Amino acid sequence: MKRIYVNEEWCLGCHLCEYNCAFANSGMTDMATALKGKPIYPRIHIEGNDKVSYAVSCRHCTDPICVKSCIAGAISKTDGVVRVDKNKCVGCLTCVLVCPYGSLAPDESGIMQKCELCLQNTCGEPACVKGCPNRAIVYEERGEDE
Amino acid sequence: MKQYVIIGNGVAAAGCIEGIRSVDKDSKITVISEENHPVYCRPLISYYLENKTDPERMNYRSADFYEKMGCDLFYGKKVIHIDADSQKVVLDDGTKLPYTEVCVATGSAPFVPPFEGLNTVEKKSNFMTLDDTFALEKAIDKDSNVLIVGAGLIGLKCAEGLHGRVAGITVCDLADRVLSSILDTDCAAIVQKHLEANGIQFMLGDTAVRFEKNSAQMKSGKTVEFDTLVLAVGVRPNTALVKDIGGEINRGIIVNEHMETSLENIYAAGDCTEGKDISLGQKRVLALLPNAYMQGHTAGVNMAGGEEVFDKAIPMNSIGFFGLHVMTAGTYEGELYEEKTDSSLKRLFTKDGLLKGFILIGKTERTGIYTSLIREKTPLDTIDFKTMKKVATSVAFSPENRRKKFGGVV
Ligand SMILES: Cc1cc2nc3c(=O)[nH]c(=O)nc-3n(C[C@H](O)[C@H](O)[C@H](O)COP(=O)(O)OP(=O)(O)OC[C@H]3O[C@@H](n4cnc5c(N)ncnc54)[C@H](O)[C@@H]3O)c2cc1C
Ligand code: SF4
Ligand code: SF4
Repeated sequence: MKRIYVNEEWCLGCHLCEYNCAFANSGMTDMATALKGKPIYPRIHIEGNDKVSYAVSCRHCTDPICVKSCIAGAISKTDGVVRVDKNKCVGCLTCVLVCPYGSLAPDESGIMQKCELCLQNTCGEPACVKGCPNRAIVYEERGEDE
Repeated sequence: MKQYVIIGNGVAAAGCIEGIRSVDKDSKITVISEENHPVYCRPLISYYLENKTDPERMNYRSADFYEKMGCDLFYGKKVIHIDADSQKVVLDDGTKLPYTEVCVATGSAPFVPPFEGLNTVEKKSNFMTLDDTFALEKAIDKDSNVLIVGAGLIGLKCAEGLHGRVAGITVCDLADRVLSSILDTDCAAIVQKHLEANGIQFMLGDTAVRFEKNSAQMKSGKTVEFDTLVLAVGVRPNTALVKDIGGEINRGIIVNEHMETSLENIYAAGDCTEGKDISLGQKRVLALLPNAYMQGHTAGVNMAGGEEVFDKAIPMNSIGFFGLHVMTAGTYEGELYEEKTDSSLKRLFTKDGLLKGFILIGKTERTGIYTSLIREKTPLDTIDFKTMKKVATSVAFSPENRRKKFGGVV
């Protein structure tokens, strides 16, 4: 299935993906009103050191340990997409304790959120990929199991 | 066709159902549920008291789960015997149900020491089930003083849940610190201070020895007056069904990495079992929800003739109180690496070139990277541990390893 992949050689470390993610999930139509002057809680983040940088978001694992570990039954996987039901989540952070990639982080209210590939927000396709100026994040099929 | 029977209807049972159905879509699954509820999220009972969830949202699975999974449910019934010779389970109403494979997913029961005078206490409750929680909720009002016996995870979560709904909460424990099974002295002190700042009172190194109606006589000689008593001393795995027919048990039912017990066609999963803790290298009871699900799933797959092993069990907890998050995993042996700030504490334990365990308080971003180092037994000389110990980050892996993780290169 299609997944998000990073080319770390090409990442500029510009953090644009974080802003595009926060905007795409804000439910607003204007980027300035959505983000300006506010702390952002994106579902993708840049990691790196002085040599490399790259974007980390959920891998939508073939065998997702977050789904098996959520104490509220709030994380599920359908059609290859791992989602959090924010209405059920109680913010215990057990998923953060188990995700081997460091992919999830809570929103401003402490409730969990994660990359859901923008399939259900206004963007409709991964906003981070769409907005990356250097094609350092791509959304494509590389033959991994769903 | 097979005929599966699952004893118990908790998260281990749900994992077992889903494990079976990942292999066998057709055979009948029968679930015996002593509690009169579809599978719910046991850890959420304190969040219910806090009004952060409700019975509807506490359901572990959707309303059509059992139907979709093709399960027959016996609610409010208890299995009293497994007849291994004739391959039947016997219910408390005399019903006999044949099985080809059975999974014992009976969880644990509260352990109540024989306190003198306990029967004179009018309002008392355990804190294990949804029904306990409803009963406790009925027993309290805003003027109640509550005494909780036990400063472990369950007792403290109960205290947090009751906070704001009662007049006062006192927690006592024979141990000299809170959460003694997962925290060392310094870390426990931080958590205790935070709980005290939120109005919870403690009597540690002290416990009730005798009750008389609304008063508890403590070991120290003190007396505590209370309106409602919560007993959260500890839990014991429900092993009797397997023990009675000669299956191997220790504190829990002994299982191997396929979740087989020592008895043919009898599997076990969840809080009632004792499997291998790979961070310790020994069998122990790991009464944790992720463990229950994964053991259940493994049992299910194997019951249905598939092949799955669960050989990565470690103790791991993510627990928060009044906004302070604490994460722990593994065993605390070997060399200590420590970082401390005003609002956070990190303790990593390394031994034989492996990360063995950690305690993190306050700062918990991306902790799963540490947890996976323990689970996967990653040799620390294959990563940049100098960077990793400061921040949990995949930068500390080699570029090839990262390409595998994030580039889909297998
Ligand atoms: C207050 C509280 C907070 C918790 N918080 C956390 C947490 O934050 N993180 C975490 O990982 N874990 C937590 N836990 C532990 C977690 O809830 C358990 O590990 C998990 O629910 C175990 O699931 P299980 O299916 O093995 O057992 P259970 O959920 O106990 O289910 C077993 C079921 O079997 C039934 N049963 C027993 N015997 C029979 C019989 N003979 N016939 C028929 N039915 C029978 C029981 O009535 C019970 O309903 C918490 C527990 C409590 C009580
Ligand atoms: S949150 Fe983590 S464990 Fe869960 S699917 Fe995404 S990458 Fe995998
Ligand atoms: S933080 Fe929310 S999504 Fe994560 S394990 Fe806890 S309840 Fe589940």
